[in-house]
Amino acid sequence: MTKQTPLALWRRPTFWPVALLALLWLLNAALTPNFARIEVRDGRLFGSLIDVIHRGAPVMLLAVGMTLVIAMRGIDLSVGSVMAMAGAVAAQLIAVHDAPLAVVVAVPLVVAAAAGLWNGLLVTLAGMQPIVATLILLVAGRGVAQLITGGQITTFERPAFQFLGTGALLGVPFTLWLVAGVTLLVGALLRLTPLGLYVESIGGNERAARLAGVRVRAIKVAGYVLTGLCAGLAGLIATADIKAADVSNCGLYIELDAILAVVLGGTSLSGGRARMVGALAGALIMQTLTTTMLMRGIGQEYALVIKAVVALLVCLIYTPRFRGALQRLVGREVHAA
Amino acid sequence: MSLLRRNIPLLASVAVYAALYVGASLAYHHFCSLRVLINLFEENAPLGLTAVGMTFVILAGGIDLSVGSVMALCSIVIAVLIEQHGWHPLAALALALGLSTLLGTGMGCIIHYLQIAPFIVTLAGMFFARGLALIISVEPVPIRAAGHAWLGGLGIPLTGQLDIPITALVFLGALFVAAYVTVLTPIGRSVYALGGDEEAALLMGLRIGRTKVFVYTVSGFCSGLAGVLFTLYQSAGNPSAGVGMELDAIAAVVVGGTLLTGGVGGVCGTLIGVLIFGTIQTAIIFDGRLSSWWTRVAIGTLLLLFVLLQRALTSATGRRKAQHVSG
Repeated sequence: MTKQTPLALWRRPTFWPVALLALLWLLNAALTPNFARIEVRDGRLFGSLIDVIHRGAPVMLLAVGMTLVIAMRGIDLSVGSVMAMAGAVAAQLIAVHDAPLAVVVAVPLVVAAAAGLWNGLLVTLAGMQPIVATLILLVAGRGVAQLITGGQITTFERPAFQFLGTGALLGVPFTLWLVAGVTLLVGALLRLTPLGLYVESIGGNERAARLAGVRVRAIKVAGYVLTGLCAGLAGLIATADIKAADVSNCGLYIELDAILAVVLGGTSLSGGRARMVGALAGALIMQTLTTTMLMRGIGQEYALVIKAVVALLVCLIYTPRFRGALQRLVGREVHAA
Repeated sequence: MSLLRRNIPLLASVAVYAALYVGASLAYHHFCSLRVLINLFEENAPLGLTAVGMTFVILAGGIDLSVGSVMALCSIVIAVLIEQHGWHPLAALALALGLSTLLGTGMGCIIHYLQIAPFIVTLAGMFFARGLALIISVEPVPIRAAGHAWLGGLGIPLTGQLDIPITALVFLGALFVAAYVTVLTPIGRSVYALGGDEEAALLMGLRIGRTKVFVYTVSGFCSGLAGVLFTLYQSAGNPSAGVGMELDAIAAVVVGGTLLTGGVGGVCGTLIGVLIFGTIQTAIIFDGRLSSWWTRVAIGTLLLLFVLLQRALTSATGRRKAQHVSG
């Protein structure tokens, strides 16, 4: 193997999102009182930072799956509806059938995986554009979830299940463990097996990948199934958190947060790159913005506007035109030195 | 594609609409009446207008996710200007329309000149417009001004008791203009060319940039007009109106036979798509036993069927072309 010269830090792909997140946190620590304080209460950690990570868990989970799909030049718009479906199934199983915990967790995940499979088959076998294929489930999925709960908000009491959303393990919120587990698992699959290479090659040039012997269809379907599973897990967390399946609000608009998180993380919408750490940082950036606004008493409505502006700015940084201009600028400085 | 093949999706939409309408008329008493038909147009006029704007964008191969939010923004701007600042209703309407058009132009410019994906830009636009609307007012604002009510009450008398209300008239008028622009003007033809093959359009010397900015401007204007109609119909501005409307609009456009890849379709199909959407909704209300959520499931199913149909048609054409080349 030839020895590669290490890339300059700022040229590394995950540098920008992580740096932006760090900057946000530092600014917050300096400007917002108590932001950086983490204290131990009843044997678990409390504090704004912990809260950011805890609240950001659903979007982080979705971002993991979405990164893969987007890296393969796809997109999954249906994740919010799948969350609602999984939550509805779980709540119904507890409230109506009083099912054991294993069933309550497993069945919604199977439903979510089936939804992902459906998306994947529409994209690969039927050859639909990903936006359209997943739009169908986005439109219909929430309707199906409403039909499952009968249009009601199903509430329940089941401490063991609520642990998913509100519990803590070794002082750390359980949601964080879930995110870490899923990320490590998927990250290991991507970096320790050839799968990561396959995924990026499909996004880079699907035809070339197929001719090189990559099983394009199978891998694409697997990507959508994984995204479905992540959405199912996120739905379980959201449902366990509020002890109810609020189908009309569960995961509403979250697909947009997840896509923005992935794009903020440096995964190009035109495929060929998968930046999972960046996507997680992206999700945390969004959540930090929201939490900061809340702590400073600025309404949620301003958060929307600021999110929009931040997203556009970050996308701008990633465009070739802007990059070129930046590099010319930096190059000039080097010459001057 | 031949003329007939090209129009199969449109014919299919017409057939579905006819079947739905006849079926509902047979199943439900009083469904087949002029009043219900006029209501269908009136209630779905805002959705219809956003769908007309969306048709331009999709024909050009883009997508606009901001339509619902822009509509809500316009409605609340109008309401607040009239009620809290004492503006004349017409001035408020004009300002709101200008604002929405400007938003559309801005998004188009960002998409073309900065080369960021339309999906992301309009997504950001959606957050931006919704946020602005909520900043202006978190609660819906009722409009009580007499001038506004007078405007909303306008209409063409049809029979003794029935008027064609202004909302339906504006919707139909916009459809005519849009159909004229897409079919008979140079800019309309370049929209089709752009959606069909951007590179070819560029090589033919069409002004790609102008066309791209044009379609998003049209979509912004149409969303603004939808906001105007919303205030006329509801006598209020609502910053939370139109959540999820962008998807209904896209669904209506696709069900109306416009290809999401761009280049094929038209606004007439979109009218049928909106009518199908409205008829399903009205039929479910007439039935009374079904949950209104069946609308979503039904629309999702129709969307699936239509996309599969389009897929089958385009891939068949593709194969024939390939044979032609090899033979």
